[in-house]
Amino acid sequence: MPQFVFLWTDRLIFLLLGAIIAFTIYALRHEHLRAPWRQVRQRPLAMSALVVLLAYVAVGLLDSVHLRSRLASDNPQAVQYAPEIISVLDLIGEPLIRRTEVSFSAPFATHAFVKEVVEKPDGRMTMEYPRLRYGGRHLHNPNRRVADIVAKSFKGVIVGGLIWMLLVVVVAALLRRRDEMFGQTLAKLVRGDGAILWWPVTLTAGAVIVLISVVVNLSTYYHVLGTDQVGQDVLWRSVKSIRTGLLVGTLTTLVMLPFALLLGVAAGYFRGWVDDVIQYTYTTLSSIPSVLLIAAAILSLHVYITTHEEAFPTVVERADLRLLFLCLILGLTNWTGLCRLLRGETLKLRELDYIQAATALGVRNAQIMARHILPNVMHLVLITVVLDFSLLVLAEAVLSYVGVGVDPSTDSWGNMINSARLEMAREPIVWWSLTSAFAFMFGLVLAANLFADAVRDALDPRLRK
Amino acid sequence: MIAYIVRRILYAIPILIGVNLLTFTLFFFVNSPDDIARLQLGVKRVTPEAIEKWKVAHGYDKPLLYNNDEIGSARLTDTIFFKHSVRLFLFDFGRADDGRDISYDISKRVWPSLAIALPTLLMGVLVNITFAMLLAFFRGMYLDTWGVVLCVIMMSISTLFYIIGGQYVTGKLLRLVPISGYDTSWQAIKFVILPVIIGVVSGVGAGTRLYRTFFLEEINKDYVRTGRAKGLSELRVLFRHVLKNAMIPILTQVGALIPLLFIGSLIMESFFGIPGLGSYTIDAIRHQDFSIVRAMVFLGAVLYIAGYLLTDISYTLVDPRVRLN
Repeated sequence: MPQFVFLWTDRLIFLLLGAIIAFTIYALRHEHLRAPWRQVRQRPLAMSALVVLLAYVAVGLLDSVHLRSRLASDNPQAVQYAPEIISVLDLIGEPLIRRTEVSFSAPFATHAFVKEVVEKPDGRMTMEYPRLRYGGRHLHNPNRRVADIVAKSFKGVIVGGLIWMLLVVVVAALLRRRDEMFGQTLAKLVRGDGAILWWPVTLTAGAVIVLISVVVNLSTYYHVLGTDQVGQDVLWRSVKSIRTGLLVGTLTTLVMLPFALLLGVAAGYFRGWVDDVIQYTYTTLSSIPSVLLIAAAILSLHVYITTHEEAFPTVVERADLRLLFLCLILGLTNWTGLCRLLRGETLKLRELDYIQAATALGVRNAQIMARHILPNVMHLVLITVVLDFSLLVLAEAVLSYVGVGVDPSTDSWGNMINSARLEMAREPIVWWSLTSAFAFMFGLVLAANLFADAVRDALDPRLRK
Repeated sequence: MIAYIVRRILYAIPILIGVNLLTFTLFFFVNSPDDIARLQLGVKRVTPEAIEKWKVAHGYDKPLLYNNDEIGSARLTDTIFFKHSVRLFLFDFGRADDGRDISYDISKRVWPSLAIALPTLLMGVLVNITFAMLLAFFRGMYLDTWGVVLCVIMMSISTLFYIIGGQYVTGKLLRLVPISGYDTSWQAIKFVILPVIIGVVSGVGAGTRLYRTFFLEEINKDYVRTGRAKGLSELRVLFRHVLKNAMIPILTQVGALIPLLFIGSLIMESFFGIPGLGSYTIDAIRHQDFSIVRAMVFLGAVLYIAGYLLTDISYTLVDPRVRLN
């Protein structure tokens, strides 16, 4: 058995996952909470987006289970573990990590991107593009590359298609009602006249599965998205960055939520000096341009880390702490908007009859806020959370560019863009690192935006029809 | 009106004090001046004498808040807090770690920043209003539906992509304008065009979608129906009535953008090599020059408060019902 390691961000991400599952179960049992989601369920675009989001989340979760693999040793008593911390995703992608080239190579290339001095069998030295160590190694004749790629993609499509069909049949079997024929359930699934609009789900899931299958099949033979300066597979770096993107998007909200909820509701409910103090706090915080506040805080952290090196034994732990701190400081600059919103809504709610009645009956303040006000502002919280997610993912890239983002050793799209920026000046240009970082980020942000739109339309009472 | 403005300015003072205290805490309590000195001099093999020398040279050798060795008011004034934070209120930013006068640098660099930020803001608002009006005019039709989808797609693309892509296409492929740099006088225009266009394009998705909702909110109101019942043409309704009434939320949003422009150009300026405040800040962050970062935090907060004040005043211009008191 390997030894499992729980980094701080891992713990928080699983806490968040638990909270989401708990909320889902709770919402399923309460009709008034279920109603708006039924509207989301009927929007094809939103359901497609959800499938894509779930694919990203699955990768992120796999990358959040960290462990130290056990070292092979003769002595069964003295169990030793490898010093470096890896994730389950690293175990799956081990071939991709191992197959590093010397330097740049274009997507699907068989030869390196830069000329090198190569020694010929007869002892002469020439400058030429050497064959890659791994990419396209199986080809005896590199000219047959295109035919090979097409054949391998075709195989990937077939395998992916089969997995997808199997999945659809399994889901249909699970969904079948007792009085239905199996064929009827399947037809319902494809046509989509059930409670959930299934056809966008099945179609998108099919597309995602086939895509993954093709890419996995090809990436065992080629570097599908090329390699970067140190010869690392760009596809792998982009996949590893998913966790960072998701973490910044979700943990930031998680850390800011308690502040925003507590202070926003308290300010609106108590009014008077409490309101003044809280308003002063958030006006002060929001009047500092957020990039500068983040820069100031990250610089301070940087000083702390360099002067207290002994507190962080591994690079992974240090990078993890920096990521967590980035989320914290992003949360600190971000909570003011939600807090202001909650204060305004609470001010309105506290004048309503049922709150007045509760006060008259002698219900304690804390209980009124928790039982009567909080559930009625939750839609605002949910809307803000989903709308902020995509903004935060985009912000991470910009901050990493400025140099105040995640640790340089962490895989993130921002770091990829930052290091690939200089490669644009090369002639011919190295475009694949940038492109793939942008494409992965675009996929996540677009899915999040489309889903957020549907959630807002469903939850916002002003937009509800 | 005057009384209102005076009151708002007075209200800004405690906020600026708060901002100052916050940055002071971040820079001097979380990290002692010793830590900063060690970072500047290189972490390894620093003698205590070298640290002392650096601290004296940069004025960090005083006590933080209260100086027991002095007499009278000097007990409070001869401290790091007074020397480095209180003086910011007089817009006296002191000297950067490399000895340059920060106030002088800022006054030089504010013009290139404005040359980028102001056209971007104005053109952006104009373009967004135009597109949003177009979508609102064709509301409920395919043009509107697909227009909104296009907006969502455009706002899902990273600003960095717009910048890098724009630089590559116009600067490197087409060779229309120089990729980066700046020049004095009117020669600067050719350096300004590309950043402004990219700034406008990168904001078009989010802006158009937002303004469209503002217009649609107004379009369903009674006065619009009255206008149509009177027989006004749809265009006249849109331009004469809807646009005017949607100006309040638009102005609120633009007011919030004034300080953001100052940050947004942070990235723009650094990519395009424009010697403005944004690239100044980024360089300071990269060189870990705390005095400059502190000065920019303070200046940013001042701009933010000024932006909000300007927004509130502009309400009275577009809506005669608004009275400031």
